[in-house]
Amino acid sequence: MSFISLLWVLLLGSLLGLELIGKVPPTLHTPLMSGANAISGITMLAALTLIVKAEGNVPLLIIGSVSLGFALFNVVGGFFVTDRMLAMFSRKPSNKK
Amino acid sequence: MNLPVIIKFVIDLLAVLLLALGIKGLSKVKSARDANRLAAFAMSLSVVGLLSYYLGTSGIAIQSWIWIIIGSIIGSLFGAVLAKKVPMTSMPETVALFNGCGGMSSLLVALGVAIFPISSGQENFDFFKSLINEVSISVSIFVGAITFTGSIVAMAKLQGWLSTPGWTQSKVRHFVNIVFAIASLIAFFDLINGNTSSIWLLVIVSSLLGIGVTLPIGGADMPVVISLLNSYSGIAAAAAGFVVDSQLLIVAGAMVGAAGLILTQVMCKGMNRSLVSVLFGGSLSAQSTASSGSGEYTNITSCSVEECALTLEAANKVIIVPGYGLAVAQAQHTLREVTKKLEQNGIEVVYAIHPVAGRMPGHMNVLLAEADVPYEQLKEMDVVNPDFPATDVVLVLGANDVVNPQAKNDSSSPLYGMPVLDVQEARTVFVIKRGMSAGYSGIKNDLFDLPNTSMVFGDAKKVLNDLIGELKDLGVGEK
Repeated sequence: MSFISLLWVLLLGSLLGLELIGKVPPTLHTPLMSGANAISGITMLAALTLIVKAEGNVPLLIIGSVSLGFALFNVVGGFFVTDRMLAMFSRKPSNKK
Repeated sequence: MNLPVIIKFVIDLLAVLLLALGIKGLSKVKSARDANRLAAFAMSLSVVGLLSYYLGTSGIAIQSWIWIIIGSIIGSLFGAVLAKKVPMTSMPETVALFNGCGGMSSLLVALGVAIFPISSGQENFDFFKSLINEVSISVSIFVGAITFTGSIVAMAKLQGWLSTPGWTQSKVRHFVNIVFAIASLIAFFDLINGNTSSIWLLVIVSSLLGIGVTLPIGGADMPVVISLLNSYSGIAAAAAGFVVDSQLLIVAGAMVGAAGLILTQVMCKGMNRSLVSVLFGGSLSAQSTASSGSGEYTNITSCSVEECALTLEAANKVIIVPGYGLAVAQAQHTLREVTKKLEQNGIEVVYAIHPVAGRMPGHMNVLLAEADVPYEQLKEMDVVNPDFPATDVVLVLGANDVVNPQAKNDSSSPLYGMPVLDVQEARTVFVIKRGMSAGYSGIKNDLFDLPNTSMVFGDAKKVLNDLIGELKDLGVGEK
């Protein structure tokens, strides 16, 4: 990929993000934030790439592994916590008259 | 193009599509939970895509597998355990912690590539290409480090481990931060010049900059900071995408960055402050000392829980205004019991949610949802404000600045212009508060002096528990 086309990807991705979200109800501010936060852990792919391409370079393997750990902590924790919150929102109120 | 390349291309495309649908769905109440799962699925799909690509092309060494498994298991395990165990009341600091770790991951990737350049396949040295590479690495380190240290400082402040040091409220902090910023710029240019060791300087000064920028920010501004840091973590991921040449990372990072920016903007609007003033203005208290904001209360009425219960019993419409104090006292369940009793007596109860109540965007909504409050009862500020004149009783629980009439009436107040809940329009206002200490901004609250306001002093949870007892004695909520 040339640098210029990567810049295009960046630009279009940003526009897509702005367009997709638009107006968010306040109830979803926290879940949207923590869900998006989990997605930012996509850096795990970069960490994986690093490990695969390390070719036996142990320090690099360790850096990659630690980076992967941090990213997955972000991803797994982020999605679980978001799901926990959203489960509360969808719970049927038990005492509705 | 050979088969693995095509497969990876298709999977990446699918992952981007699903991530986009996930983010879109997260902004609608009905679809949010499925959308979150869809996004999680898209993420796992992208991992499968990447691994199968390497399996099909260069292959993955056993050694690499070992390190992949170690990193994955440890990271996922800690993430899952924390996500399951953490109480809902500590959600702001949890989100900040996750966020910081995402930043750390980008930082480490860039650092790894910088110290041990990966063989990219193209052997011919291209000056332009290596320049871009250096720039992406620097940006990734810079943003990643700021995200990490900034989030950790935010978390520590939210946990109460760290208070705002006095010197950070003086002009000195601007000087210090400018020094850090210039130092990171120098390190950046030095790095481009081919001096690899300056990468460590960049790591150190950008980490310090993250601390220096976040430390002076007061608690009331936390929602802005948290959503801004969330946006940074997206930018860091996008920068890492440039480092390892991955479109998927760039798109996903850009979308997260955009989502964070939108939330940041919503939060700033809720406080009527610009992003610049939140980031560089320090906490509001520093500005308020000189203004007329501070002053003595002259007309405080305090009342007992019993009087409060009597007034509530006679009401037709009650509005609850929750704030950070409710989260601190962990009184959401007790509050729910009180409102249940009132509802059983046919009293209409709604909750007025200020956009920046609490310490993160949507904090009160999460807190009250945990206590089983149906979200239809949570009303946004603009919706609920016209209702106050027709309201009998307002219960203010742990909120302060968001109900300060100064924001409307006193042009010399630092709060002036901030949209607030017009609780003083109601017939009776009860403010449940531990003592007469000022709110987070340190500004006097004119509401407390009004004749229709009564203070009920005590810890929110204890007062609410007493209130339940009093209501029981009055026969409220018994069928």
